[in-house]
Amino acid sequence: MSGALRISGAGRLSQAKTARFSFDGQSYAGIEGDTLASALLANGVHLVGRSFKYHRPRGILSAGAEEPNALVQIVRDDARKTPNVRATVQELYDGLAANSQNRWPSLSFDVGAVNDLASPMFSAGFYYKTFMWPKAAWKSLYEPKIREAAGLGVSPDRPDPDHYSSRYAHCDVLVLGGGAAGIAAALAAAETGVRVILADEQAQFGGSLRFESGARIDGQDGFAWAQAAIARLSAMSNVRVLPRTTAFGYYAQNFVGLVERVSDHLKAPGHDLPRERLWQVRAKRVVLASGAIERHMVFANNDRPGVMLAGAARTFLNHYGVAVGRNVGVYTANDSAYAAAIDLKKAGVNVATIVDLRDNPTGPVIDEARALGIEINFGRAVIRAGGKLRVSSMTVQPKNGGGERTIPVDAILMSAGWTPSVHLFSQSRGKVAFNDETKRFVPGTYAQDCVSVGACNGTDGLSASVDEAYASGAKAAKDAGAKAAKGAKPKVDASESWSRGMLGAAPGAGPDTTVKAFVDFQNDVTAKDIRQAVHEGMRSIEHVKRFTTNGMATDQGKTSNMHGLAIAAETLGKPIPEVGLTTFRAPYTPVTFGSIVSHARGPLFDPTRKTAIHPWAERQGAVFEDVGQWKRAWYFPRGGEDMHAAVDRECVGVRTNAGLFDASTLGKIEVVGPDAAKFMELLYTNPWEKLEPGRCRYGIMLREDGFIYDDGVVGRLAPDRFHVTTTTGGAPRVMNHMEDYLQTEFPHLNVWLTSITEQWAVIAVQGPKSRDIIAPLVEGIDMSDGALPHMSVREGKICGVPTRLFRMSFTGERGFEVNVPADYGQAVWEALWAEGQKHGATAYGTEAMHVLRAEKGYIIVGQDTDGTVTPDDAGLDWAVGKKKTDFVGIRGMKRPDLVAKGRKQLVGLKTKDPKVVLEEGAQIVEDPKQAIPMKMIGHVTSSYWSQNCGRSIALALVAGGRDRMGDTLYVPMPNGVIEVEVTGMVFFDETGGRLNG
Amino acid sequence: MLLIRCPYCEEERPELEFRNAGEAHIARSANIAGESDDDFEKFFFIRSNPKGIIYERWRHMHGCARFFNAVRDTVTDKFVMTYKAGEPKPSKLPGVAK
Amino acid sequence: MAKAAAKTATATSPSAERRPALAGRSTSATGVKVEVLPPAERMSLRAPEASLAALSKALGVTLPKQPKTSASKAGRTALWLGPDEWLVIDEAGKDPLADCAKVSALHSSVGISHRNVAIAVAGPAAEATVNSGCPQDLSLAAFPVGAASRTILGKVEIVLLRTAEDAFRVECWRSFSDYVFTFLSEGARDAAG
Repeated sequence: MSGALRISGAGRLSQAKTARFSFDGQSYAGIEGDTLASALLANGVHLVGRSFKYHRPRGILSAGAEEPNALVQIVRDDARKTPNVRATVQELYDGLAANSQNRWPSLSFDVGAVNDLASPMFSAGFYYKTFMWPKAAWKSLYEPKIREAAGLGVSPDRPDPDHYSSRYAHCDVLVLGGGAAGIAAALAAAETGVRVILADEQAQFGGSLRFESGARIDGQDGFAWAQAAIARLSAMSNVRVLPRTTAFGYYAQNFVGLVERVSDHLKAPGHDLPRERLWQVRAKRVVLASGAIERHMVFANNDRPGVMLAGAARTFLNHYGVAVGRNVGVYTANDSAYAAAIDLKKAGVNVATIVDLRDNPTGPVIDEARALGIEINFGRAVIRAGGKLRVSSMTVQPKNGGGERTIPVDAILMSAGWTPSVHLFSQSRGKVAFNDETKRFVPGTYAQDCVSVGACNGTDGLSASVDEAYASGAKAAKDAGAKAAKGAKPKVDASESWSRGMLGAAPGAGPDTTVKAFVDFQNDVTAKDIRQAVHEGMRSIEHVKRFTTNGMATDQGKTSNMHGLAIAAETLGKPIPEVGLTTFRAPYTPVTFGSIVSHARGPLFDPTRKTAIHPWAERQGAVFEDVGQWKRAWYFPRGGEDMHAAVDRECVGVRTNAGLFDASTLGKIEVVGPDAAKFMELLYTNPWEKLEPGRCRYGIMLREDGFIYDDGVVGRLAPDRFHVTTTTGGAPRVMNHMEDYLQTEFPHLNVWLTSITEQWAVIAVQGPKSRDIIAPLVEGIDMSDGALPHMSVREGKICGVPTRLFRMSFTGERGFEVNVPADYGQAVWEALWAEGQKHGATAYGTEAMHVLRAEKGYIIVGQDTDGTVTPDDAGLDWAVGKKKTDFVGIRGMKRPDLVAKGRKQLVGLKTKDPKVVLEEGAQIVEDPKQAIPMKMIGHVTSSYWSQNCGRSIALALVAGGRDRMGDTLYVPMPNGVIEVEVTGMVFFDETGGRLNG
Repeated sequence: MLLIRCPYCEEERPELEFRNAGEAHIARSANIAGESDDDFEKFFFIRSNPKGIIYERWRHMHGCARFFNAVRDTVTDKFVMTYKAGEPKPSKLPGVAK
Repeated sequence: MAKAAAKTATATSPSAERRPALAGRSTSATGVKVEVLPPAERMSLRAPEASLAALSKALGVTLPKQPKTSASKAGRTALWLGPDEWLVIDEAGKDPLADCAKVSALHSSVGISHRNVAIAVAGPAAEATVNSGCPQDLSLAAFPVGAASRTILGKVEIVLLRTAEDAFRVECWRSFSDYVFTFLSEGARDAAG
């Protein structure tokens, strides 16, 4: 048996398919097709959680996504413990295990419930007022304690083992909401042949047809019609039907985010199934058919388990076959709750009474209820609910006062009316309008190409909704470019329609009472809190919302916003539209981080770029460092060496014999065209027109503001062809910078740029033996110093494959950079390595490269410069063409501040104790004995131990640095002051003789 | 994610393919080296930052790679129109009241 | 240098082994196969309108002028990437650079054979696989057979060419190929859904 309150013959689930599940360790039986909520109710379980602030016992309020109370933790295994799952949305599967949240030690006895007794302390604004002082206690004491006490479940403590998928999709008409209106709109659009996507958050389409027992469309029961229509739509190739899919965000230009829950409802999801699928849909037209959400009545203790929305009780009965009680009371301010009473009565449930706040309403449902013998009380209010862990009674009083009467019940079904669900419309930046007659906000001014239909548009009655939706669906398709439709409009044979209801607090909740009549169940906001907020000076609804937190819980105030607004308006003595509605924001319902992150985890979090030579370095046991997205060999430890020892050995090895270095990551741009030299003149500070083909030059690129942007060696391959190199990290932005000027400032130049960074693998061979290593493998290039001097480039072959061979040096040694097509990079490296072994060559990594260049005073842009350094500051004034009349930065570098005296200039530093290595970034002062804060005159930009120099070396930016040669400066550090001497930037081979050594 | 019409690709493409490149129609002087400090300041540092219609540069970075100009409303975030680099500032904007 | 010359004079055929990135990798999922394609000759061609006739003649394929299109002949495909930019791919082993070298009309041709890696995505679920990370509308109406575009896949840039109703060629830079292949493999896992 799947629960004592399952009514045979009621509902649409098949009794045969039992699903076992547990809640707080207790075993129960449900049926496939149940939600966790319906299965619990079938077993008579109403108490499912404790409230956020007061720890009050809570039950199931709704039957859908608006649920504020029934939040549970679903536990699949150690790593899969999902908190805050709405029991009304979670589909049951055999073996499902759920736990209640926010209670200790148990759900029925929760210590935290003392908050409820102490609640006068915890009224609106309590946290803001109380935990102000001392300030430091907020982080250390208050916040952790409050978080512990006011929990929303427990987050899993292991990495998420599930995977999530993502898809961009395009369609002509996107229909959001799969009730009668949404289906009708989708049918109308689909029949024209345009691309349609129809999404609904429920497992089964039908919306309110799930509970509206009186609806008949095209001669069928409404729900059956919906299933048949969905089957038809699913079979159409131009339609994608997405159940279990929530539209959570409506963004610019009809870009809508949907999350499809793919496997949370399955007993054993296969390994390949994603848990959720994120759809990012771009639609030409959007049809919003998001329906309406029933409001509760605001009265004392309206949060007791067993007090629920009338429409929800009807859904549990008519769809799931579950009676929410055996003896129910009804409290309403509109007709729709009568239908619930009638359906329950017909199913054999005792309906103790209907309490209707209205004075003398008339209508067919009232007549029918009366005919079934149900007691009806007009003009009366339920002033409080009795019971604690489960409602046990309702106390009724004439709404203008008078004698009380307490009626025993085990459930109260309430309805204050229906709120059009304008969340997505509001997210689309549409402006809502207040309909004074029906007392509801409906879509007013549209900001995007969308249309609202049915209940979310304030359209009453099934027939009118379907008519409107069908016409709107057809029009949306037409506007998206479709031809006329061929189909037939669904015909509504019978339907239900409801009158309006009420907003705000019912008589039992005020105005002067201090009882707990809840407006927002999830955030524990009462009618009194909202009144208090107004009394304490909040005028704007946005302030009232933030002060009380009304509508700010994860349910986004789906049931509470309108009540809160009405109470604030009443207290302010203003009409509702003047107080205004708060803005709805994405997400409509909570979205998992998994869905948002989707594929971007692990290796797909960010691309990891590796050079062609990477596998060789890996085999050699290189340690790699991240340089942007690149992995670069940092150093090559041998036989237990630490980094220090390895780098020392590599640095000495290069200067003693030779070293091989993978420089493939350097940015490379081929500049081609008859105006190539003219373009280079404009983009670099240096002169280029007279550079002979076959020669290279070190170039400096500035931004327009005159600061160094990038640098690199440029080789001229032909009069109209340059091979430009950039820094590794600068490659993409330098390319963008060059394209920008070429396309928008110098479009008259006949020249084009092509990124060739990845076309060429680059092997730097540096050191006295470098030529001996390369020469035997080279074909067609004269390697003699006369034919191939320092700073020249030749094209030829190496190991039989094409090469662009640069004679250049970033070490100060005789050096070459061998460019070969990337796929040959590893083989050529291996050939050079084999040759190198005859000459005692070493492989060196980026750390040794840094040390070697610092020994020579070669700067690294981005390390020794920081975007505020001019060529002159860096000691590179020699690289600025003095006769040039234009280049990017020529004016900027002459700005008064950039030519002022006392600018920070790049200099060398030698510590007085040669063994002390400065810290990069350390600040420099003139007088270490001055009072704090000291005047800082510069900082260390590069600092290393240099085994070749037998001491530490450093580069630094120091105010007026070049005028301080030989001066002693100080670097105050936590462990004492370090004395340094200002020197030139070249620490090794000052004459540069080794370039040809 | 916005849809942006690329005047070179002649269709609307997703924002992910584009990159904003700052305000448009700021001419770099042919004699920039001889500019006064004030003129250089205006050229390089001063931007209009209007509430409403803005003329700005975009690049179809991951598409045709062309820079182009766009007219956008900073209040609604809507693109009014786009046009090719080098074309003059449009004298009339479609659908925008003066 | 005599020693070097003597040694290299014998090296008439390539002695260095070509090791393409991801060579031979492939993966299959329901409705789709993702497969790294063999190396091809590639050229980045830049030219003004006036040079197109001469270049088309030299290349043996008419350079397309319409955005998002390509033209193909005898194993050589020219993809429109921008108003003055084409990616020329030759799968027949003939070098388009050599063909362009003879053209005197204004242009820029740069060899990029090794810069790019090509990955084929084929099968009924190919479109969904690419759409797992590409934001463009890839329906046949918007992106027909022969359509070509530089665009985005996940976090990287790709060039996308539709080679058949149910097949795409994805080109990316060499060091991004591992990311692109892995991304497409992930996308393929769920593409039939």
